[in-house]
Amino acid sequence: MRLVVDLNRCQGYAQCAFLAPDVFAMHGDEGLLYDPQAEDAYRERVAQAVAACPVQAILVDELDMAAAAPGAGGGEASDG
Amino acid sequence: MADAALDRLKADGRIVVVGASLAGLRGAETLRDKGFKGSLTMIGDEPYEPYDRPPLSKQALLGKGAAERTALPRRREIDAQWRLGVAASGLDMAARRVKLADGDEVPYDRLLIATGVRARPWPNPAEAELDGVFVLRTRDDGAALARRLDAGPRRVLVIGAGFTGSEIASACRERGLEVTVAERGDAPLVGALGGVVGAVAAEMQRENGVDLRTGVMVTGLEGDTTGRVRAAHFSDGTSLECDVVVVSLGAQRNTEWLTGSGLGAGPRGIACDAGCRAFDIRGIVTDDIFVAGDVARSPHPLFGYQFLSLEHWGNAVSQAETAAHNMLSESTERRPHIWVPAFWSTQFGVNIKSVGVPSMGTEIMIAQGSRAERRFTGVYGYQGRVIGAVTFDNSRWLQFYEQQIEATAPFPPPFPTVDRRPEGQKPLPADFPDPSVPTHGPTITLSGYSPADRRMTFTPAGH
Ligand SMILES: Cc1cc2nc3c(=O)[nH]c(=O)nc-3n(C[C@H](O)[C@H](O)[C@H](O)COP(=O)(O)OP(=O)(O)OC[C@H]3O[C@@H](n4cnc5c(N)ncnc54)[C@H](O)[C@@H]3O)c2cc1C
Ligand code: SF4
Repeated sequence: MRLVVDLNRCQGYAQCAFLAPDVFAMHGDEGLLYDPQAEDAYRERVAQAVAACPVQAILVDELDMAAAAPGAGGGEASDG
Repeated sequence: MADAALDRLKADGRIVVVGASLAGLRGAETLRDKGFKGSLTMIGDEPYEPYDRPPLSKQALLGKGAAERTALPRRREIDAQWRLGVAASGLDMAARRVKLADGDEVPYDRLLIATGVRARPWPNPAEAELDGVFVLRTRDDGAALARRLDAGPRRVLVIGAGFTGSEIASACRERGLEVTVAERGDAPLVGALGGVVGAVAAEMQRENGVDLRTGVMVTGLEGDTTGRVRAAHFSDGTSLECDVVVVSLGAQRNTEWLTGSGLGAGPRGIACDAGCRAFDIRGIVTDDIFVAGDVARSPHPLFGYQFLSLEHWGNAVSQAETAAHNMLSESTERRPHIWVPAFWSTQFGVNIKSVGVPSMGTEIMIAQGSRAERRFTGVYGYQGRVIGAVTFDNSRWLQFYEQQIEATAPFPPPFPTVDRRPEGQKPLPADFPDPSVPTHGPTITLSGYSPADRRMTFTPAGH
């Protein structure tokens, strides 16, 4: 599972490090380190971290998340 | 009428993206999100699918996530034809074709250029070839350097104390390696943040055991008989034994492949309008060629429409999304790229973040916290307005100053704040090096008009 954290957004609230400590870790008081390619075993916890991040800074592979729904992409997108 | 052309483009047009990295991928995803159903070709000279670079000088060097494992997550399926491991070598604007190094040509109706920058190499090619001499820009660079650090070198020399050089030095110390940093300026990070903050960065390096040498240039690298680097010589006459050298002298824009194409591309990047449309060499805006990311130079309304080049992750994402939107939009529905510059770095356990354009500031005020505690907010002023801010372990203040920058608020900030120490009550000269003297490794390059006019009110689109 691939992930990236938008560290411009991240406020260092450490929610993710609490929920998925094997993937996210605080580095110093405010810095965040994470494993950009976390083991699949942590999928559940990473999903919790994604949901819990107060600024929605964590982006995880949509392909993986939606593995159960192939062909979900490519739909008509109306302009927002 | 125009509508029909746009509908055709969306239904079965051809879009080519050159540069398959962060900006290229995000642009491609946005095109599909906007309903583009035609053919999409992604051209990248690296053999890898898009990956993330910031971890290369952080996680990867610390041994917490290998350089080979930073592939970017996909927000959606982009259903593209990937041409990886082959460089675009030319552009025929009239025929709307991208030429590839393998002799192929790819036709397009719309082109997105996101070829980014590359590491500036060590100027002496023979010395640059020595075993043990590295740069850090690509995944291969990151993997090779991490391997060498794993082997436990006796001393690492980092040439250049910009953000990347400082992060490398920090990672070395965290691994317990001896490291020397050589910097031509008076302090680390001075080009980006000025001398006041640079002094804090210098202290931080020394306290963490970095042998920091400022005001000095490396004049030569020396190898042993087997071609391994063994020593470096400095402009002050001293020498240093080292077995790893990381050249961290900033970046060069990948525009050479456009030479002779007629596009307005050069060493400073590719100039484009606020809607990411590239200019040709006559200064006329194109309507089918768009640019995004590190390679772009675009005028920013907040900074007097001065042209900015930003080597910032967030800029690549945002500009690519704007470019992709505009590629598929009527002229009245296009959006300007008005992202407020923002940047982060982690070094020596301290989280450094900035917004706006600190390097444009002439004055700085420590508005919160204190430099001695290495937890503070520095606010930069330019001609009586707030133009940038930096935080050291104080990022919760950043959003506030971002708003101040957007509102072209007066500097020094007139409000009393909860957390202002005596040292922070008056502005200091920000102490940037003379801009006419080239400094390596700026993360922001400015060119164009002056941002002196502060009567303007800037109202960004909701984000
Ligand atoms: C070590 C490191 C650490 C960083 N840390 C931070 C950070 O902490 N915070 C931050 O905000 N930013 C950071 N950055 C900067 C950030 O990574 C860049 O701003 C971002 O990668 C820009 O994306 P891009 O897609 O515009 O360009 P790039 O990532 O440079 O991608 C351009 C791609 O185009 C390819 N290309 C070039 N020429 C051609 C051609 N002719 N044909 C085909 N392909 C071509 C290149 O090989 C490359 O793959 C860091 C960068 C590095 C290298
Ligand atoms: S939960 Fe979100 S804001 Fe908090 S540290 Fe993690 S990524 Fe950053």
